[in-house]
Amino acid sequence: MAETRIPNSSNVATTVLGADEIILNMGPQHPSTHGVLRVRLKLDGERVRESECIIGYLHRGVEKIAEHRSYQQFAPYVDRMDYVAAVSNGLGYCEAIEKLLGAEAPPRAKVVRTILTELQRIASHMVWLGTHALDIGALTPIFYCFREREEILKIIEKYCGARLTTHAFRIGGLQYETYDGFEQEVKRFCEDLDHKIDEYEQLLTENRIWVGRTKGVGILSAEDAIGLGVTGPVLRASGVKWDIRKAMPYAAYEQYDFEIPTGKNGDTYDRYLVRMAEMRQSRRICLQAIENIPSGPIMARIGKVLKPPVGEVYHSIEAPKGELGYYVVSDATTQPYRVRVRPPSFINLQAFDKMVRGSLVADVVAIIGTIDIVLGEVDR
Amino acid sequence: MPAAPAKEPPPKPIPLDNDLVQRLKARFGEAIREAWLDRKQAIVVIAAEKLLEIAHYCREDEKFDMLTDLTAVDWPKREKRFDVILNLYSFAKNERLRLKALAGENEPVASVVSVWPAANWLEREAYDMFGISFSGHPDLRRILLPEEWQGHPLRKDYDILKQDTAWVKENLGIESGQ
Repeated sequence: MAETRIPNSSNVATTVLGADEIILNMGPQHPSTHGVLRVRLKLDGERVRESECIIGYLHRGVEKIAEHRSYQQFAPYVDRMDYVAAVSNGLGYCEAIEKLLGAEAPPRAKVVRTILTELQRIASHMVWLGTHALDIGALTPIFYCFREREEILKIIEKYCGARLTTHAFRIGGLQYETYDGFEQEVKRFCEDLDHKIDEYEQLLTENRIWVGRTKGVGILSAEDAIGLGVTGPVLRASGVKWDIRKAMPYAAYEQYDFEIPTGKNGDTYDRYLVRMAEMRQSRRICLQAIENIPSGPIMARIGKVLKPPVGEVYHSIEAPKGELGYYVVSDATTQPYRVRVRPPSFINLQAFDKMVRGSLVADVVAIIGTIDIVLGEVDR
Repeated sequence: MPAAPAKEPPPKPIPLDNDLVQRLKARFGEAIREAWLDRKQAIVVIAAEKLLEIAHYCREDEKFDMLTDLTAVDWPKREKRFDVILNLYSFAKNERLRLKALAGENEPVASVVSVWPAANWLEREAYDMFGISFSGHPDLRRILLPEEWQGHPLRKDYDILKQDTAWVKENLGIESGQ
């Protein structure tokens, strides 16, 4: 058997290749990798034997930047990590710093934050659904998804003036009051949404090609998922009923009724079903919240110069992709001593190798899509 | 503007001595250095030599089945400059626990990949950013920066404008990335 050793040291590349095996490089510029993800695959014919993710192409060092900015100045940077769910990133950061300060946002701010974050979750899942379906060959959903996402972005834009990197929240509450007609617009959108999600499901849920391309693909057991630290919809699709909104409630989630959708098989199809069900739950939360936004101030009195007492805090939220955590250490100056971001995409991507081994090359694309990564967050 | 809420005293670390800490102390004795609550979050400082055993115990007996995060903090003026921080979560108890192990500049820390596979990339990141080496890690390489990069950017003595100019020149063909 001829053995070849390929230079350029890395995991997969230095493994000894059998006569029938080849190395296939995918990315970093590849339309299905959703950014600059590079994957090296060791193939035996059509089967994937091993894989390795090569990341870091989008590394900007946000954790280092944080140490050189004041607490407030760093807030816009977090939007640039998971740029399809900037509102969620902002919520996590603001709440972490509030915890560090021992402050709390007023009830009105909490409810508005909840509404916007849930809308953002829907928008993020829309991007996932559209691109994921597109990767597998269903061309239609992306147009529908972006149509609905546009409505959400319009609401967010009207609220804070930005569509993507929003910086919607401030430490201590909100900068802006809701605009006139905010409630009605959110309500109208949510009322229509159920029917829209039905439309997507009609296109996909029982579609033979879709089912064929996703069922039994990229299976991840609950045990593996927990061991690998996987969170969010990927974990829930493996049958673990765990959602930080329920387990350790933050913002105003305690007040609302919603369920945690879970899957059974931990395959790509279940992850699809879980995210679809999650969008309906987010809609439910928004509709409940919009009915009763408390009046009152939107900003807590925390002062203009923030000097949190010495100490540290870890705060995490259920971002659309999983557990987004911030570990912040303060040395009682105006700048954080250390900010660590626990990025859901980065940690979920680690499960890629487990999911991809033994599957076909064509399924690699489905598996990258189903983890729902954003490279801005993987690389930070 | 509404009246300012009554000023709460700044949260101070409160010594922690709950059942969990007592069990840990009974089992590992001196290796459990300190334990306190900060912002209602449990922090236990442990001896780095015992990290692997304590990690194993936490997972198997205390049911901290998920390693949420592993990271480090650099305190360059301290004798042992790094805090290696393990953030654990238990599904059964719905509880978090933060383990802290102190490590010196060139002291390897035991890898916990055998306990929680999630530690693989997290330890690689800590190695990449801080230069902490994890002994027993199956594949300790840089993960975000290029393999040939010199220096560890999240160390406090690594200036924010600093970069590996030689690498930038050679690989990007430009004088500076700034």
